[in-house]
Amino acid sequence: MDSFMAQWVYTDTVKDHFMNPRNIWKKDENWEPEAVGEVGSLACGDQMRVGIKVKDDKITDIRWLTYGCASAIASTSMMSEMVKGMSLEEAYKITPDMITNALGGLPEHKFHCSVLGDKALRAAIDDYLEKNGRDNPYKKSIAKILCECKGVTDQMIEHLVVTDQAKTLEDLQRLTGFGTGCGRCKARIAHEFEEMKHIHGK
Amino acid sequence: MGRLIYLDNNATTQMAPEVINAISEAQSVVYGNASSMHSFGREANKLVEDARSNIASLLECSTDEITFTSGASEANNTVFMIAKSLIEKKGSGRIVTTTIEHPSIIETVKYLKENGIHVDQVPVARDGRIKIDELKKLMGPDVVLVSVMTGNNETGAIQPIAEVSEIAHSYGALFHTDATQAIGKIKVSCKDWNLDYLSCSGHKFYGPKGVGILFAKKGVPFMPFVHGGEQEHGRRAGTYNTISIYGTGIAAKLAQENLDEENRRLWKMREALREGILKTVPHVVVNGCQDQQFCLPGTLDVSFENVEGESILLMLDMNGIAVSTGSACATGSLEPSYVLLAGGLDVELAHGSIRFSFGRFNTMEDVEYVLEVLPPIIERLRAISTR
Repeated sequence: MDSFMAQWVYTDTVKDHFMNPRNIWKKDENWEPEAVGEVGSLACGDQMRVGIKVKDDKITDIRWLTYGCASAIASTSMMSEMVKGMSLEEAYKITPDMITNALGGLPEHKFHCSVLGDKALRAAIDDYLEKNGRDNPYKKSIAKILCECKGVTDQMIEHLVVTDQAKTLEDLQRLTGFGTGCGRCKARIAHEFEEMKHIHGK
Repeated sequence: MGRLIYLDNNATTQMAPEVINAISEAQSVVYGNASSMHSFGREANKLVEDARSNIASLLECSTDEITFTSGASEANNTVFMIAKSLIEKKGSGRIVTTTIEHPSIIETVKYLKENGIHVDQVPVARDGRIKIDELKKLMGPDVVLVSVMTGNNETGAIQPIAEVSEIAHSYGALFHTDATQAIGKIKVSCKDWNLDYLSCSGHKFYGPKGVGILFAKKGVPFMPFVHGGEQEHGRRAGTYNTISIYGTGIAAKLAQENLDEENRRLWKMREALREGILKTVPHVVVNGCQDQQFCLPGTLDVSFENVEGESILLMLDMNGIAVSTGSACATGSLEPSYVLLAGGLDVELAHGSIRFSFGRFNTMEDVEYVLEVLPPIIERLRAISTR
């Protein structure tokens, strides 16, 4: 990470989206979403709610609200611009990296503030498919393997956190057996676990 | 835009013009090493000793009880390392401090605990003041050092230092206070409070950065933290930061002269801002102590419900107003201010906290400008918030 981005410097794009956020879900607008996703909590310092309208499996409109810092607000705003017109499948595959790059980068220690936007969107898409009684074909395709020896994915970790099965890293270790092979995944998984707990307000 | 208002004086202050003039003049002519015997050295030494004398007068102690360090952090570290040495030599002993100290003490305590030193931390009440009964419960004949800060950097809460000092001494313990935030704002007296050690730094009262002051009462245990030279009678090695020390001395003199007026001015601005915010912004919680006699006069910490502190800070910054926040997002960690949490504030409110800290160069016009700019910012952020 170069020294410039390690400083308290936001790009003009971040500032623009922070000061003039796009697609805000105005409380007096009476905008009716077809599906809603929400992640984070006030106690964790950031929370996002995303509403979408869908036609022919394409996102036709989006609204959002964010409680959080400038990076969180700008990330959600940028995400909302990026996904308009996208197919559900494309939208499901949006990553924090893609959002951050579109913003021209975020300071290193602010990166974690950008991870909620795409998760809130995915939660909204999950909600849409569920409401329409459909399978979710995208979930598997975006799972990232974090422990190769035991085949532990980020989605498995997320599931165990959300369902309160893994409250501590020890629980997670017991349930998945991560880190018992080559051991190289330990730091990566500990980090992912903390992020998931944070994102889901655990 | 164009207007710039600095309301982060608890982080650091602008140097006083008198200080700037004095050091600018001095640094163009004085460059000797204050430890050298020749005329260049003696001239530098005179500036250091002038400063020491002004500071001793401000703190009500004698000049040979003052040691210069690189900052209050080093002074705090030095005192805790002295306690560590005493405990290790005796083979037993304990330190008692609080949960709201500056990181230079909080982190040192963590380090000491990891290294087998027993440290107890007294909790604080909602108003940010320590629970004296809890402190008394933690006291015992094995306590070597008690350390309680004079005034807190976030809540502004002033601790009952004279009382704590007496309690500590009644158990035979040494007593230290970190008075960094209090100097120049309230009267601080090593003599009246019967202190054994005190730390502070010049940049919080309009002096230059890079100078710390460690008071150690005559006869109390002392071991150097920085080894390697005979400076400060072997108490702190390193070539004297002559010009900045000199500037700190000028600032100390000003602090002493302006103390009463400064105290009144800061409190007046702080109160005007507090009342103005409560009048113009709904759903606000004022954090810390509200009683003037227990509150640093220029500190106002406020939590705005349902908005996150860093967002407020940045929007104020874009309008030329500089403040600080206890929000986790501003520190790069996931936890908000430990000081606010220690006082029992809800995590949500700690994330939405903003600290305004006034100084000598602020005016009532600054308060008016903040009250113009702040309410629409809060309204705007609440409009896009999930709550």
